[in-house]
Amino acid sequence: MKKEFALTVNKMAKHFDGVHALDDLSLEFPTGEIIGLVGPNGSGKSTLVNVLTGIVNFDEGYLTVDGSKKIKKIQAYEIADYGITRTFQDSRLFEQMTVLDNILVVITKRGVISSLFETHKDFHLAHAYKILERVGLIEKKDELAHDLSYGQRKLLEIGRALAMKNGTGEHAEIFLLDEPFAGLFPEMRKVVSEIILEMKQAGHTVLLIEHSMEIIRDLCDYLFVLDSGQLLAEGEPDAVLARKSVVEAYLGE
Amino acid sequence: MDYLIHLAILVGIYSILAISLNLVVGYTGLLSITQAAFYGIGAYATAILLTTTGVNFFVSVLLGIVITAVVSLAIGYILSKFRGDYYALGSFGFNIIVFSIFLNWQSLTRGPLGIPGIPRPEIFGFTFSENIHFLLLTAVFAIVIFLLAQYITRSSFGRVLQAIREDEKVTQVFGYNTIFFKLTIFVIGACMASVAGSLFASYITYVDPSSFTLAESIFILSVIVLGGLADNTGAVCGAIFLILLPEILRFVGFPTDVAAQLRQATYGLILILLMLYRPQGLMGKYKI
Repeated sequence: MKKEFALTVNKMAKHFDGVHALDDLSLEFPTGEIIGLVGPNGSGKSTLVNVLTGIVNFDEGYLTVDGSKKIKKIQAYEIADYGITRTFQDSRLFEQMTVLDNILVVITKRGVISSLFETHKDFHLAHAYKILERVGLIEKKDELAHDLSYGQRKLLEIGRALAMKNGTGEHAEIFLLDEPFAGLFPEMRKVVSEIILEMKQAGHTVLLIEHSMEIIRDLCDYLFVLDSGQLLAEGEPDAVLARKSVVEAYLGE
Repeated sequence: MDYLIHLAILVGIYSILAISLNLVVGYTGLLSITQAAFYGIGAYATAILLTTTGVNFFVSVLLGIVITAVVSLAIGYILSKFRGDYYALGSFGFNIIVFSIFLNWQSLTRGPLGIPGIPRPEIFGFTFSENIHFLLLTAVFAIVIFLLAQYITRSSFGRVLQAIREDEKVTQVFGYNTIFFKLTIFVIGACMASVAGSLFASYITYVDPSSFTLAESIFILSVIVLGGLADNTGAVCGAIFLILLPEILRFVGFPTDVAAQLRQATYGLILILLMLYRPQGLMGKYKI
């Protein structure tokens, strides 16, 4: 039984040397929707994704995942068990590994012993090939991630998130995508938006950080606007984007 | 001929050391410079057990592995708190500590006097006293360890090690509690080095602390950097190259009064040129 909110952020705060990157922020992510996250540079979008995925610790507040109890501290290696997967604004691939290995590493068993004695190699390989076909990188499978073009790197990151098999399957899965469209050619954008829509169709929840209002209007069911680490506005994208305060926050950037 | 067999045995022992360190440095990206400590623990375990209790060599190898596993688990755990360059410096410290123990725990190790008279391995009444037989034994150990390393590095576990090397935080984001992986490979590497130590002690029939200094760890590191990081065959090639190169230089025909110095200088020059023109090493896929 899936809960109404896949993820909630409650009174969350994060300070960097006195700067309030997140300031008493509370958000509720509706399950199964594509949720846009916009805001000027430095408004705390990437910081939010980083604290939700244990990349940096938050100072105050807590989160809940799929109706779980309050989580006051989360480690990066725990998020997969909560069904959370992410991409990075500046692609963080496993550079000196092949494209195929970049995908395989997120599919295979996660324990020391179980990974050492892994027996489902063909099964994993078939899954990885399917993912690489989906993102159009199957012909690059034996190249190093390091040698891919900018756009191909972005696609590999999406593929890696897509390949991820989370937790026990009891949770709704949550994808936190940090500017997956930035700098992509139109045909690559099309692939990425199709993948995001497929994630939604599969019942997953997607948080999309994006600067293009056109993409936000096209894809998102719900929208959060951040400014200086606080929630400036939320609601249906068209309605939110029409608000005066939101327009001002952007023009004042 | 005996000279060639001697060199081949050394190549075998150093191949094991190089393979063991390559798992830690080349595959996992942990710049550990303390492999000589584990090499020494294996050597002393065999030396002490064989000279005092008279247990079988192969039993001493196993006991050496057990002792090394415990020690390396503790060292690896403490080192796991360090990152990057600090990891390397921390590992220096452990090599120096272990060396000091070899030097100063005189009741156990006889300190600088060393332990002489270590017998050669024996099994079912057959003694490996001939060097050619010892070479075969070394080769068997080296091949088993090479195959083990190949299995590990080609497994899903080995892929995770490489991911940790590339970006540990991202590896965690994908669900891996990376500290367990780092500790496991550190202990496996240390245990392999311990086996090399047991072979060395029994082959030379004498151990003293001078064989297990920081300089020895740096030499092992040079072997894998030259041979090529993250490649098991590269580790073996590096061992062959670095053991044989100084020997080959003996036959170059430098003027006798400066031969030793010229050999050293040429050796150094070749290493520098190799690193300059082939930074990934002879076989390597990965640059530091």
